[in-house]
Amino acid sequence: MSLELSRDDEAMLAGRDGPAAAMALRIVADTARMLGARRLIDIASAHIDGCLYHGDSGTLFAERLLTDGGRVRVPTTLNVGALDLVHPGRERLDAAQAAMARRLMAAYAGLGCRESWTCAPYQAGHRPQLGQDVAWGESNAVVFCNSVLGARTNRYGDFLDICAALTGRAPRAGLHLPENRRATLLIDASGLNPALVAEDAFYPVLGSWLGQAVGDAIAAIDGLPGPLAEGPLVKGPLAEDRLKALGAAAASTGSVGLFHVVGVTPEAPTQAAAFGGLAPRETIRLDAAMLEAARRRLSTGLVPPDGRVDAVAIGSPHLSEAEIDAVIRGFAGRRTTIPFYACTGRHVLERIAGDGRQAALDAAGITVIADTCIVVTPILAARSGLLVTNSGKFAHYTPANTGWNVLYGSLTDCIESAVAGRLVRDEAIWR
Amino acid sequence: MKAEAILPGTAAGPVLRLDGPLSFWGGVDPATGTLTDPRSPHHGVPIGGAVLMVPETRGSSSSSAVMLELLAAGRAPAALVLGRGDAIVGLGILVAREMGWPTIPLLVLPAADQAGFADGERVTITTDGIIERQ
Repeated sequence: MSLELSRDDEAMLAGRDGPAAAMALRIVADTARMLGARRLIDIASAHIDGCLYHGDSGTLFAERLLTDGGRVRVPTTLNVGALDLVHPGRERLDAAQAAMARRLMAAYAGLGCRESWTCAPYQAGHRPQLGQDVAWGESNAVVFCNSVLGARTNRYGDFLDICAALTGRAPRAGLHLPENRRATLLIDASGLNPALVAEDAFYPVLGSWLGQAVGDAIAAIDGLPGPLAEGPLVKGPLAEDRLKALGAAAASTGSVGLFHVVGVTPEAPTQAAAFGGLAPRETIRLDAAMLEAARRRLSTGLVPPDGRVDAVAIGSPHLSEAEIDAVIRGFAGRRTTIPFYACTGRHVLERIAGDGRQAALDAAGITVIADTCIVVTPILAARSGLLVTNSGKFAHYTPANTGWNVLYGSLTDCIESAVAGRLVRDEAIWR
Repeated sequence: MKAEAILPGTAAGPVLRLDGPLSFWGGVDPATGTLTDPRSPHHGVPIGGAVLMVPETRGSSSSSAVMLELLAAGRAPAALVLGRGDAIVGLGILVAREMGWPTIPLLVLPAADQAGFADGERVTITTDGIIERQ
């Protein structure tokens, strides 16, 4: 089975559009061969994860593309970098690393990408349409794009994302093909306590369980009572942020690229639609014990006898405007007594700058982080500590990436713990 | 044992066989080449020079960047054997080739067959994907 290239592809490979486009298409074509794809397809947009500094090699690659005349061919947004360019000096990077991270970010901007610097591009105006083929990186953005928007992307790794953007082409494989978007696993959530399902804190735990349980299989979750299942709330801010949290957690513990929620997400108006008319390969009846095990895995820290915690971090994926509003409501004029990091994007900062909400965050003692977040770059104090978070993704990655231990709780738990300086967690919602 | 050579090449080294899934980003420190997940029994173990056997890869789309950095810095495993194909990790190897840096073979061998190899035993890998005990 060999890869058939179009005449346009062949011309690009031969150097018609310069050496950067030729190299990018070689990488796209070789990836297509690795995946067993027969053809390449056109893509409508791209979201780039490769702008985060992991070492000098990524900077050298991006700069090679730039000096070789690379220019994106489709609208392209950028994921987080290693620097908060809005609030300089928040990261503990040495001068050499900071310089390479800055060069990397500058190279991607130079290739024509929009300087969005967010892991929630779908809340920063980049919303491809149902059925549209795109090439997105960043695991939470991928799962949101597929599941909530119904646009089609594979889990594009760093480098393939920019190569797709520079060529407008991607391998015809995986989730671009309608037959690969059907659910195979049915998650029956109808036995769960409706009061728990009404809590925001339920969704990262559900996602964390889902990723662990299904790996890269496509699941359809059915029987969710409460707001998420009551009509087209996916268009509203509440359900969207819950699905965002669910997907981000699922893409951390598993390789989930797409999930369906029956009656909520666009490709699953009914259970039959989610499964493409076929029977589920397996049905898992989700129960409270499975969720409790997943919730326990999200915490690695032991609560000390005095209950003291060292910091709070929220905003993975980046906080939406609605989530910022919930934080301000939760503080209700009080102040944090420990470092409290709220990670969000410029798209939100622009909206809250002038209307008193930024001032409210400042008054609460909150450290707003833009363009980056606390698990991708060193922001937390160098000595390890105990971090409280309501993000399944932060809970998953914080221990390995920062050396800190984590305690998972709701947004309310995060705020009350920050005000008290010790863990205040409402366990009753989980019973 | 015959594996599928996704990106063919030759290699030799001791087997480092993980018994759980790995995300290269968040699971391997690109600066030191050691396994970093405190939830894993292999926490702190270096992967440089090993024939790394991973039953399943998970997680971040930045895993390709970690692989590229390991290759560029000379801290990569000698070969990577995955339970299933993973284009994200493979990309790091493709980009290293484009940049003129050293590359490694990428093979697919089902997790059940990986279990036939013991941690630490030395193996060689041929360009057609045969993994042999030395």
